[in-house]
Amino acid sequence: MKSATFFSSLSSLFFANKHSSHTGRFKFEISSDAKSPKKGFGRLREWFDRSIYRFDRDAFVLLQIQAVFLVSRQGKVRLQKWYTAYPGKDRPKAIREITSIILSRGSRLCNFIEWKDLKVIYKRYASLYFCMCVDADDNELDCLEVIHLFVEVLDRYFGNVCELDLVFNFHKAYYILDEVLLSGELQESSKKSVARVISAQDTMVEKAKETGISHMMSSSSK
Amino acid sequence: MALSGMRGLSVFISDVRNCQNKELERARVDKELANIRTKFKNDKGLTPYEKKKYVWKMLYIFMLGYDVDFGHMEAVSLISAPKYAEKQVGYIVTSSLLNENHDFLRLVINTVRNDIIGRNETFQCLALTMVGNIGGKEFSESLAPDVQKLLISNSCRPLVRKKAALCLLRLYRKNPDVVSVDGWADRMSQLLDEREIGVLTAVMSLLVALVANNPDAYWNCVSKCVRVLERLTRSQDIPQEYTYYGIPSPWLQVKTMRVLQYFPAIDDPNIRRSLFEVLQRVLMGTDAVKNINKNNATHAVLFEALALVMHLDAEKDMMAQCVGLLGKFIAVREPNIRYLGLENMTRMLMVSDVQESIKRHQVQIITSLRDPDIRFRIIFIDLLVQCISLCSIRRRSLDLLYGMCDVTNAKDIVEELLQYLTTADFAIREELALKAAILAEKFAPDLSWYVDVILQLIEKAGDFVSDDIWYRVVQFVTNNDDLQPYAAAKARDFLDKPAVHETMVKVAGYLLGEYSHLLSRRPGCSPKEVFSIIHDKFATVSTPTKAILLSAYIKILLHSQTVDPELQNHVLAVFRKNETYLDAEVQQRASEYYALSRKGPSMVDVMAEMPKFPERQSALLKKAEDTEVDVADTSATKLRLMQLTSTAVVVADQKPANGVHPALTRVPSGQRNIEAPTVPVANGGQSPAPVDFLAIEAAPTHSAPESSPLVGPGDSLALALMDNQASTVQPTGSVTEWFDALCRKDSGILYEDPFIQIGLKAEWRGNQGRIVLFLGNKHTAPLLSVKAVILPPRHMQLLTSNVPDTIPPRAQVQCPVEVTNLSPSREIPVLDFSYNNSSAMVSFKLRLPVIMSKFLQGATLAPADYIARWKALMGPPNKLLQEVVRGVKPLPLQEMSDLLGSLHVAIAPGYDPNVNNIVGAATYFSENPTLCLIRIETDPADRTQIRLTVGTPDTSVALELKEYIKERLVDIPSGAAPTSLPGMPSPADDLVGPAASLAGLI
Repeated sequence: MKSATFFSSLSSLFFANKHSSHTGRFKFEISSDAKSPKKGFGRLREWFDRSIYRFDRDAFVLLQIQAVFLVSRQGKVRLQKWYTAYPGKDRPKAIREITSIILSRGSRLCNFIEWKDLKVIYKRYASLYFCMCVDADDNELDCLEVIHLFVEVLDRYFGNVCELDLVFNFHKAYYILDEVLLSGELQESSKKSVARVISAQDTMVEKAKETGISHMMSSSSK
Repeated sequence: MALSGMRGLSVFISDVRNCQNKELERARVDKELANIRTKFKNDKGLTPYEKKKYVWKMLYIFMLGYDVDFGHMEAVSLISAPKYAEKQVGYIVTSSLLNENHDFLRLVINTVRNDIIGRNETFQCLALTMVGNIGGKEFSESLAPDVQKLLISNSCRPLVRKKAALCLLRLYRKNPDVVSVDGWADRMSQLLDEREIGVLTAVMSLLVALVANNPDAYWNCVSKCVRVLERLTRSQDIPQEYTYYGIPSPWLQVKTMRVLQYFPAIDDPNIRRSLFEVLQRVLMGTDAVKNINKNNATHAVLFEALALVMHLDAEKDMMAQCVGLLGKFIAVREPNIRYLGLENMTRMLMVSDVQESIKRHQVQIITSLRDPDIRFRIIFIDLLVQCISLCSIRRRSLDLLYGMCDVTNAKDIVEELLQYLTTADFAIREELALKAAILAEKFAPDLSWYVDVILQLIEKAGDFVSDDIWYRVVQFVTNNDDLQPYAAAKARDFLDKPAVHETMVKVAGYLLGEYSHLLSRRPGCSPKEVFSIIHDKFATVSTPTKAILLSAYIKILLHSQTVDPELQNHVLAVFRKNETYLDAEVQQRASEYYALSRKGPSMVDVMAEMPKFPERQSALLKKAEDTEVDVADTSATKLRLMQLTSTAVVVADQKPANGVHPALTRVPSGQRNIEAPTVPVANGGQSPAPVDFLAIEAAPTHSAPESSPLVGPGDSLALALMDNQASTVQPTGSVTEWFDALCRKDSGILYEDPFIQIGLKAEWRGNQGRIVLFLGNKHTAPLLSVKAVILPPRHMQLLTSNVPDTIPPRAQVQCPVEVTNLSPSREIPVLDFSYNNSSAMVSFKLRLPVIMSKFLQGATLAPADYIARWKALMGPPNKLLQEVVRGVKPLPLQEMSDLLGSLHVAIAPGYDPNVNNIVGAATYFSENPTLCLIRIETDPADRTQIRLTVGTPDTSVALELKEYIKERLVDIPSGAAPTSLPGMPSPADDLVGPAASLAGLI
């Protein structure tokens, strides 16, 4: 049968490049794009939809903060922290893209933008933009106030915090962030409590330093 | 800087800051990296202080966006250091620098575990923080029990416990199995009694994930959550430090309300009552205040409460209150709140669209939007239109506006949109135009208004009006006699204006060509005047428009009652002149019309008005549905249904195959039967498909530059038309047979016609499948515009790869498709395929053989085991589904069990003491594998009747599987019906011998 031979030649081809992928010019058509965020059908429905495509993402990406980063008005990154397994090499690109959108937005506009299937909540404080990538379904104002809470904690620690504080003490900023957020969730909403923990950490480091120095001095005097 | 305490680090940071440009910065960074690399190489000489310093530098460089591909080991090794200062640096740098999948992390799992179970609280905190931020699957498996212990321990301080809660959340996200459902539900319930707000917040975050994944297991937490909300909203026992601008922890409030939204419904009347009291309190206290943070926090809580109210399907009054609030938010100046107000309003409308149960609210929502005060309504629409102009709010507003449009307000809304169109942002004009056109069509109070709107639309935003829009108006006018004079007059008026857009010339030219004779009595509308006003534009328009205008000229000429010799001369001169026009289409029209017009009045019939169009679905509405596919939940299914049932959509895409202009013919009445020639659709002729008359401008690519012979009588034109249609491509065999064959085996032909062969090869493993479609071009010319769209049913996930646009002659292309079965269903995906064989567009739809049995795998059980399982299923709750099926193909027992075997059910002969029964077992793979037990009891006296029992722990699987097997037993595979109705006896049973039907099955 003519068609059968035609097909068998096809199938031999199939075995030959079973694992090779296509290259060249393509027209891509998938009728229902599973990755696009769906809105407005009740949480359960959304969860159902999400659970369908949780195979190609983290087991659960659900209402968590995916990344936090601080950028200056010149687009310089001052802090970045990722809570998902977003590939390391794509991170700078993602930050660049988001930053360029945010920097071009006027001050009258709202503090939320949609980027890919995420939402970016941002707020400008003096010369710094604090940005948070969250799930499309997360509560925007809630996240916006998490940013403000973080800023207040920084302010309390540094005393009227400015960009330079964060540049030269970026490691402190990391410590503080780790006490405010964990696993992409708000860990502590009490500024007092965070301040207590951070100052306890500082004391411990100082103590370690002193003993280290006295140890060195005593060993050198011997 | 005193705080930093590391001079080398500060110096490096200021060096980088002082770099004038990117190149200098890179040079400085590279130098530093080289320095660190050499330092790390001779590890011996490094003091802990130096090690810390270099690791910090690495993190700084990494943070700036540079690649740091070494030194990870040094960072990781600091974790194992005994001193806090080093450990701290090690943990924090590691968790920022490394990804969760990094191999080095495996090396420290033990150290981390020791820190977690050790006595040192500060070490515990450090370890929990790192695991919470980057812990992966391996951490989940080895650390989860220890973390759980910390969370529920009484001796741990809140600081450790809240970290443990969030750490556990991370581990749970990585691997849900680490939290055992049974024991943990009670624990969670106890944890919700926690008084310390910090711990409670962390626990609530954990609960969100747990409940979202498995709401049934955590029912006992509902009342506790409501109590937490009560405590918060009443400000009972909330320490000062946990209020935020006077509001008791807004974050905890939001989280708690979020948890409640993951429970399908809350039915307990007491809980419901107290929950509504809480919500009522939240909804009441919403006065905007000056302080922006306080305002944001209040509204964060409020929007969450709104979402919860929507979820709970609350009473009318409360919904009305919500709508009132949303209306208020939309009116505020603050952009964030306005954005969210709009988003939620849209959400409300969409929810009501989707769920029948909320539908009654929709009426009520829209009623409130249509306040008795008409001014409010206008203000509201006006406001929305204004919102559209605000960057990121605009799409929301447009969606909302579009969603709430109905017969009563359509006029206002569309006119408002038209007003706005001229000043709108360019980026949004096309969408605005399209939506305005659709709304106008959907809700037009009368057709003349519709014509007005579209013409205005073309006038105001011609560049953004797609052809579909004006095609549609032409269709309407053609099909409505009383509209024709009005439309023609309007079109003429628009042509009088200065600077007419080309689309306007097209539509006006077409309308005047068809109907200007209806106006001939009016001043300024004599054929001559109409001709000259159209011809004014001729010189400046593009070629396709010229072709339309030429058709209009001859129609004007031949429609006029008394032939005006002057007009005739003019028109003929135009035709003569264009006989040598560069473009073949214009040239051909000019010469044909010239010849036709010289034949005089006998040609009047050929140039008569266009016949009515068959009713068809609006291409615009289709377009709108297409664009909504990814936002609207049901659209995908709607689209699928539409494509399965309606051929009109397919037809709308068909272009005339060559240079003949079918648009110009009116077949003399004697020939009416071929007025709408039928095109058998490739997958088995469905309904007659009319020619697309609207393709009046045959695109240059389609017009073969042949000079078709000048046709005399109208009949031959019509015949040419029919010939053209008869050449439609037919499959070379039976699509149904191919499909059936593929149901039984995993490779074969799916479809074949003279141009293309589609082969299919599949592999199945568990609930996953890999299908490769082989698209082979059998023809000597390339196949163009190849499109393959697979419409997946809801229960399947399909990953399609690309299909190249063109398949070269005699070439094959492979198109792999990954299938994942997620839930049991008998529905199967449909492939919508189309290509252009360089003379016509061919499109057809094919069912893909992704049937239930592909996800079945025979399971062999020992007799004792089999019976034990069967009994387990029988006991309460009864999981056995049983049905007496009549009208079964009468098969000998052996053949029936072979048939079951062909469905991948492992037959267990002899398990059932009754020899007339067949039992078997199979595993069905969807998201989770399910073992299915099957029994068929036959009646030796009546072979057309059986009792079918299917038992599975999962009733939905049982139901689908039972129906599926029933279909196989009843249905005759070679039959035309794709899926037989459940229980439908097959009338052909007696005619087909058992052997014949069996041959079809195996």
